[in-house]
Parts: sequence; C-alpha cells; structure tokens
Amino acid sequence: MIRRFLRSREAVLSGAILLLIALIALRFPAFVAPQNLANVFNDTSPLMILAIGQMIVILTKCIDLSVAANLALTGMVVSLLNIAAPDLPLVFTVLLALSLGALLGMVNGVLVWKLNIPPIVVTLGTMTIYRGIIFLISEGKWVNAHEMSPAFKALPRQIFLGFPMLSWFALVVIVIAVVVMNRTTLGRAFFAVGGNPHAAVYTGLNVGRTQFWAFTISGALAGLTGYLWVSRYAVAYVDIAGGFELDVVAACVIGGISIAGGIGSVGGAVLGALFLGVIKNALPVINISPFWQLAISGAAIIIAVALNSRANKTRGRIILKRKEAEA
Amino acid sequence: MSVIKKVLTTVAIGAALMGTSASADTTRIALVVKALGIGFFEAANKGAQEAAKELGDVEIIYTGPTDTTAEGQIEVINSLIAQGVDAIAISANDPDAVAPALKKAMDRGITVISWDSGVAKEGRQMHLNPSSAPLIGNTIIKLAADHMPDGGDVAVLSATATSTNQNIWIDEMKKVMGNYPGVNLVATVYGDDLADKSYREAQGLMATYPDLKAIIAPTTVGILAASQAVTDAGKIGQINVTGLGLPSEMAGAVESGATISFAIWNPIDLGYAATMLSYNIAKGATAEPGAKIGMGRMGEATLDENNEAAMSDPFTYDKSNIEEFKSVF
Repeated sequence: MIRRFLRSREAVLSGAILLLIALIALRFPAFVAPQNLANVFNDTSPLMILAIGQMIVILTKCIDLSVAANLALTGMVVSLLNIAAPDLPLVFTVLLALSLGALLGMVNGVLVWKLNIPPIVVTLGTMTIYRGIIFLISEGKWVNAHEMSPAFKALPRQIFLGFPMLSWFALVVIVIAVVVMNRTTLGRAFFAVGGNPHAAVYTGLNVGRTQFWAFTISGALAGLTGYLWVSRYAVAYVDIAGGFELDVVAACVIGGISIAGGIGSVGGAVLGALFLGVIKNALPVINISPFWQLAISGAAIIIAVALNSRANKTRGRIILKRKEAEA
Repeated sequence: MSVIKKVLTTVAIGAALMGTSASADTTRIALVVKALGIGFFEAANKGAQEAAKELGDVEIIYTGPTDTTAEGQIEVINSLIAQGVDAIAISANDPDAVAPALKKAMDRGITVISWDSGVAKEGRQMHLNPSSAPLIGNTIIKLAADHMPDGGDVAVLSATATSTNQNIWIDEMKKVMGNYPGVNLVATVYGDDLADKSYREAQGLMATYPDLKAIIAPTTVGILAASQAVTDAGKIGQINVTGLGLPSEMAGAVESGATISFAIWNPIDLGYAATMLSYNIAKGATAEPGAKIGMGRMGEATLDENNEAAMSDPFTYDKSNIEEFKSVF
C-alpha cells in the first residue's frame, strides 16, 4: 500500500514540489516561512479550482480552452452587476457567478454533445466569443476598484480560521471534487467515458451527455473563479486572465492527467497547479532575468510531461483492481 | 508577371481607386490602437472625435486588434489600405513589424503617422510623442522622491522586458537618478501587463526588500496591481506606489493612500493632436525635419531630425484633482 503510494504520480509530484521549495529556500530563505507558503497556496487557489474543472473535461477525452474567457466574462458581469446594485447580498453574487459560468460551460457541452464538433474547435470558438461579449457589455471600459462595493472586494481577503476565504473556496472545491470523482456514479462515469468510450456505451453510459456535464462543471468552476479573480485584483477588463487557459492545461498535464483521457486524479490536478504556483511565486524573489523566467517555466512543463509519458509507457491498463493489489 | 498576380494587382488598384472616389468629400482618418478595450485608447478616441467635429469634414475610423500583437495590427492596416482611407495614425505594438505594411500604405498615397508608441522611421511620415522621454523619466522618479524626504529604496515594476516605451523611460529615469541623492533603485521587475503577474511581482519586491519606500510602475496595469498588493499587505503609508496610470483606474488607490500621486499626459489631447496632424499632413503639410505643423488647440508640433515631435509635459494627479478627472478618462 505504502509502496504503491510512493510510486504514484502524486508522491513524485509532492517530492518535486518539496525539492523545488528547498532549492528556492537556498537562495531566498524567507520563502519557506509558513505565512509565505500560505500566501503561495492562496495565490494558486484560482489555478487549482480551474485545474480541477479542466481535469474532469480532459478525463472525458475533451479539452476546455474557454475557461479563462469564461472567467473574464463572468467576472465582468458580476462587476457590472455590483455597480448597478451594490447592496446585493454576496451569496447571490457567488451563486450567479457559478450559474452563469455553468451556463457558458453548457454551451460548449451542447456543441460537443449534439453537434459532434471536436472540443478543441468548439472551445477555441467560444473563447473568442466570450471575450467579444465582454467587450460588448463593457464597451471596452474597465471596472475599477473605486466602483466596486467594499463588501464585494473584501470577501476573498476575509480571514477565516487563519486563512483567507480565497484559500477556503479552493479547499471546499477540492473536497467536493474528491467526493464526486470517487464516490458518485457521475464521477466514475467521467473516467469510464474517457478510458474506453466503446465499453462505456455498452455499460449504458451516454458519452456525449457525460462530456456535457464535464463542460458544465468546468464552466461553473470558471465562473466562480471569475468572481474571486475580479474581487481579488479589484479590477475587471477585457483581457483579464489572458492566456490563463494554457496555465490551467499545463497544471493538468504536470499533474499526470492524460490528454488521451481516462487517467488522472483531483490530487494530481491540485499538485500540478501548486507546482506551477510555487514556480510563479518564486521567480520574482530569486532574482532571475525575465527572459530566463519564461524559459524556466516552459522547461518545467516539458520535463514534467516527459516524465509523465515515460511513467505511463511502462504500465499497462488496470482491468481488475483486486488482482493488481494482490500482485 | 504571372496571370494571377496581374489580376490581383488590377483588383487592388481598382479597390484603391474606388476607395479614393468614395472618400472624395470627407477625409477618413484611421486611429489604429494597440488593442481595443484599453481605457487610454478609448480616451484618445474621444480626443480624435473632438478634432473631427472641429474640422467638420473628417470621419474617424477607430480600430485595432483585440489583443496587443503586431500581427493583429498588420491585418488591421491591410484592411485599411483596402478600404482606401486617407490617413492612418497608429500606436504600434512593435516598431519594426508593422513598418512594411505601413510603407505599403504610404506607397498608395495614404498619410501615415505614429503616436504614443512609435514606428521605425521608414514606416511613417512623423511620430508624435505624448511627451518627451527625458521629461517622463524625470517625472516618475520625482513623483517617488518628492514623498521620500530622507531618501531610501525604490523599485521599478514595468510591463514586459521588451516594451519599447517603458524601457526608454526607465533609461531616462536612471540618467537623472543623480539629482535625487539618497534615492536608490534596487530592482527592475516585469509584470508583463498582466494583473496577476504584476501583483505577484509587487509581492516579491516587498518580500525581497523590506525597506522599500516606493514602487514606480510606468504602466497602467502595473501601478494598479502594485497598489492593490501594497493595500493587501497592509503597507499603506510605508510604501508609496507611483508611476503612470489613468485617473479613472487609480481613483481607488489614491483614495486609500496606497498611491499619493501619479502622472499621465492627457490621452484626449493626444488623440486630438494626432488627428489634427494627420489631417494637416493629408491636406498638404510636409513632414520634414524642422517643420512646424499645427495641432489645433494644442499649438504646433516641431519635428526633430528623426521627424519626431513632443506634445506636452506629463501631468500630475493626486487627491486634489482625482475626483475631477476620474470621470474624464
């Protein structure tokens, strides 16, 4: 049991993250202060939430490139709503962000499910459409800090049991995702549909519908992150989180989620996001030229993917879990 | 010349002729910006519209790519050439990449000027600087030094490491550092004009230099993100975030005290002046070293040996005038 854990993707990644933190500490000791590590976790929360959504989509052999655009659009809508109705309870704002995000995700899902368009094409299209809609509803203007209500900006910063609410949002999403992925029919269906679509059909699963739900969940999480993002940085404009979808996909790939579908875990996605988060937070303090910073981020991703493909090559597909445990 | 090429040339000439005939009575000036949706350029458009109203027979085409890429601008320029506009006034994402497309425009008789962010000399007839780089460099360090009577450490948070504007201003700033004894520049970091990266870089500066007194961000995204990072770290009053920003975006930071003062030229004036210059050159004024070309209410632009001109000094905004300007741009 322990040996199996040690050989697992999560253990390797945890080890890599610890090693990375140790190396950074050699150059900048204050990085390992508990408060700073908590800050890194907090800063990585949006990436973790999005990576979990993306993981579910990738499990079903799809990809969602529209998450960052979805985030930006939902963020803009809740910001504009906040200007129009500053006294609206925040519970409503969060629920609206979740449901609007889910709705945008459903658009992707329906196109993939009913029209059979390849997911990369669908989400590439909706990515541009969503950014375009932000431009239309905002008329290209920014929503700035002084236009947002104080409560709207305060939520992600509020300290609860020693951690900011932003971190708590991520923790709650992680816990729910673990339960859903491992303990519900839908969660197992995501694995089945991606692992072997033909077998999934024979067991009575609707592949398209399962993919639809994956996109819906990914969208809902992107919407939630949209609110958290605009309130944390206290600004909303067309380009927020530009290119962030690539970070999200990278986090998943680093986390050992197979682009071919069917293989992956919530833990992997979270650790993959944390790995990127540590690098992003460390680069500013260890004093490296910005040109090297880009190369280092890229190299980390390629190394992780190379290790990943090697690890997957040697292992066959597990058919009977119990037999494997005995062996 | 192949048949296809011949046909294409004929079509292109035809399109150009049609374009010219369609715009015989009104002068069509295209204001090409780095990207749509940026407050600064939206304000410049306001100024251009003002100039158009004043001139009467001018139509402004406000356009640009949706993200700040040279490729996007080249597409926009090509479509403007096809439409046969009379003048193009551009703020370039890359000084060299857009030059060939603009040269093509000039070959077709279109007046081309650059403003704000310049184009290589061969790709435009003149360039209008919002201010002069030495004045801006001096202004940003002065803004920081004015509130540091005992001197101390300052750091720069820029856009990307390759941004033409920011690099020139920072160089000019470094040249005059000697006039501000006791003020040390400890680091220059790059937030890539992304809110999240700029925020992290600002956090990194605060962690690395505990005695930091000021963060100078000569970019609108950077100054906003840095003031938010300082606010969140509870260091208002200890670290002053200053640099270049837009009043509408910075109002919150000035109110909270994270930013005591910041500077920017007036983009409305800039769009206005660029339009006036485009109009005058399209109507026959020659852009050559030493020439003086009218900018309407902004006076006259005097071209230097590189056909560049400066519009005016940057303007300082603080608690006393932010309320008045935040609704303007």
